[in-house]
Amino acid sequence: MEADRLKTMLRDMLLARAFEERAAQEYAEGNIAGFLHLYPGEEAVAVGVLRAAEPSDYVISTYREHVHALVRGIPPGEVMAELFGKRGGCSKGMGGSMHLFDRERRFMGGYAIVGETFPVATGIAYAIAMRDLPEVAICFFGDGAVNQGTFHESLNMAALWKLPVLFVCENNRYQIGTEIHRHSAVTEVYKRACAYQIPSKKVDGMDVLEVHAATLEALEQIRGGNGPQLLECETYRFRGHSMADPGSYRPQVEVKWFETNEDPLKIAIAETVTPYPDEEQIAAVGGDNIQRLRGHLHQEEVLTPDELETMRKAVAEEVEAAVRFAKESPEPDWEDARNALECNRQGEVLI
Amino acid sequence: MAEEIFYWQALNRALDAELAADESVIVLGEDVGLYGGSYRVTEGLYAKYGEWRVRDTPISEGSFTGIGVGAALAGLRPVVEIMTINFALLAFDAIVNMAAKIPFMSGGQFPMPLVVRMPGGVAKQLAAQHSQRLEQMLMNVPGLRIAVPATPQDAWWQLRQAIRSDEPVVLLEHELLYFSKGPLDMALEAPPMHRAQIRRAGKQLTLVTWSRMVEISLRAAEKLAGKGIDVEVIDLRSLRPIDWERCVASLKKTHRLLIVEEDSHFAGAGAEVAAGLAERCLYELDAPPQRVAARETPIPYNATLEAESIPRVGDVIRAAERLCGV
Ligand SMILES: Cc1ncc(C[n+]2csc(CCOP(=O)(O)OP(=O)(O)O)c2C)c(N)n1
Ligand SMILES: [Mg+2]
Repeated sequence: MEADRLKTMLRDMLLARAFEERAAQEYAEGNIAGFLHLYPGEEAVAVGVLRAAEPSDYVISTYREHVHALVRGIPPGEVMAELFGKRGGCSKGMGGSMHLFDRERRFMGGYAIVGETFPVATGIAYAIAMRDLPEVAICFFGDGAVNQGTFHESLNMAALWKLPVLFVCENNRYQIGTEIHRHSAVTEVYKRACAYQIPSKKVDGMDVLEVHAATLEALEQIRGGNGPQLLECETYRFRGHSMADPGSYRPQVEVKWFETNEDPLKIAIAETVTPYPDEEQIAAVGGDNIQRLRGHLHQEEVLTPDELETMRKAVAEEVEAAVRFAKESPEPDWEDARNALECNRQGEVLI
Repeated sequence: MAEEIFYWQALNRALDAELAADESVIVLGEDVGLYGGSYRVTEGLYAKYGEWRVRDTPISEGSFTGIGVGAALAGLRPVVEIMTINFALLAFDAIVNMAAKIPFMSGGQFPMPLVVRMPGGVAKQLAAQHSQRLEQMLMNVPGLRIAVPATPQDAWWQLRQAIRSDEPVVLLEHELLYFSKGPLDMALEAPPMHRAQIRRAGKQLTLVTWSRMVEISLRAAEKLAGKGIDVEVIDLRSLRPIDWERCVASLKKTHRLLIVEEDSHFAGAGAEVAAGLAERCLYELDAPPQRVAARETPIPYNATLEAESIPRVGDVIRAAERLCGV
């Protein structure tokens, strides 16, 4: 692979990690609220898949979608501003962390009800197929989502009508607190595609190059009119399910509540310190995805330590600028809310 | 002896008591077992009763709620937890087409001792897909009963009553109530599950509300008392059936009706309350009934807009003043 592309992917991953860690920090400081589902550990999936896609492809994602949005090219400032609930956000402060949208970049949304991405992506693919366009709908979902009826229903129709969908499973082995062996009878997600005769493959989701190569291959098949494909990426999330995951703020909340009589949710949010796994734990799943890519670049001699340092600095500055943009962006008002709600009314006066 | 406990703890004790009392009671839902429930409601029960009684499910709301229906048909008393009401939309077939209909369609052959528990409501910046109440969607379904406990005491009483009922009961909880506190006296005898409660007696205005809006309404009533307006606050506790009797008795005294609800105005639960009471005692009223409800918009993520979307204490005070001609 050309050096430039490798460097782009490394930069994407560094930006993704730095952006998410900063979001966690801003959350702890109270600048972001609600559910904040972070992506550290899983970067190789979003980067590997989306760097193989064309700008004309569509991306449909879940509530854990900040990084998909960034790799897709939504400016970090607009993503951060959305997490802050500001008017400058890509959903104008109406959607928040779980609902990033950017029509222009064909980023068709973050969906927070598990299992929604399947039919939405399949419907988009229907529209593509009917018009015989060389585009693909790229559908992200977690390991927990495959037990929703929509998974099976959508795969069946996508296969039946040979629709151009790439189903990408981000298998991080957890459905919040339930480990995959306790939620799925068949834990190798790619095998489920067999039931619908959809070609599928399992890849090491911690290896961005493997993800990228497999995606290129799958997209080529799909664009050739051969119907949907499924890619299972085995990955690992370093953080908890979300920052406000009620399960993670248990006992201390109560104690503090007695002591201070403060708003328990506020205490809970401030107290959410999710420990990072130690190096041994990371090594057990094949090492940190970023370390691995860096190692590769080092070996191939496409990146000097100095260049890496420069890249790191640039990424840090970009995140800093994103936060500044988010902070300075104004709050949306009710006029904005009404415009969003009535965006399709075309001036028609009802009654 | 009353003790101060969290709402979630009251629910936890109710489940524990019923699981202990009757071996046919089971609990089903996402993360209810090993993890102890998203809001701690099932904490400790998995260790105590084992996986057949307290079952962690995949993310399959339609089917695990339907499994609750099937298990109830075969003699179990399932308590299904749906993590939030927003996901219950995927389980409406089981609740509406199955649980509410099977006893009737079979000509009365089957008991349906199913409880579906779920929190709803606006919490803190969870955005449009995670901030719904949807109570009115279930209210329109004959064959269901809907309880809306607002206090730990009611949570304890009503969950136990729901489990003991042979009819399907939906227990609508509230995300912001789980960590609210109140007295619980486990020895107190329970009123009927659908009996409304007067939370504050007053003479000039009847304020009908339920769930989290009870607390907002009580705070408004305190402030209104300072302004010389004496408000009677009724907590409905049940949305199907509704305790009309208690509301009518109050209106005969106050002659003014204000309804406070968290969900949006149009075709909401408050519309049923207003219509039901108008049918029963319109001529007792000195003024048209009024509703304080959420704005007609999906809930925005932005914190300020979110807070302004649903009734606040000030909104209730202003509506009460207007209704009393102040
Ligand atoms: C229909 C539905 N049920 C439950 C939830 C609550 N919930 C949010 S994320 C999640 C786990 C999803 O796990 P997975 O699909 O593996 O994705 P991950 O979060 O691991 O990326 C659950 C149960 C939801 N959002 N929607
Ligand atoms: Mg997962």
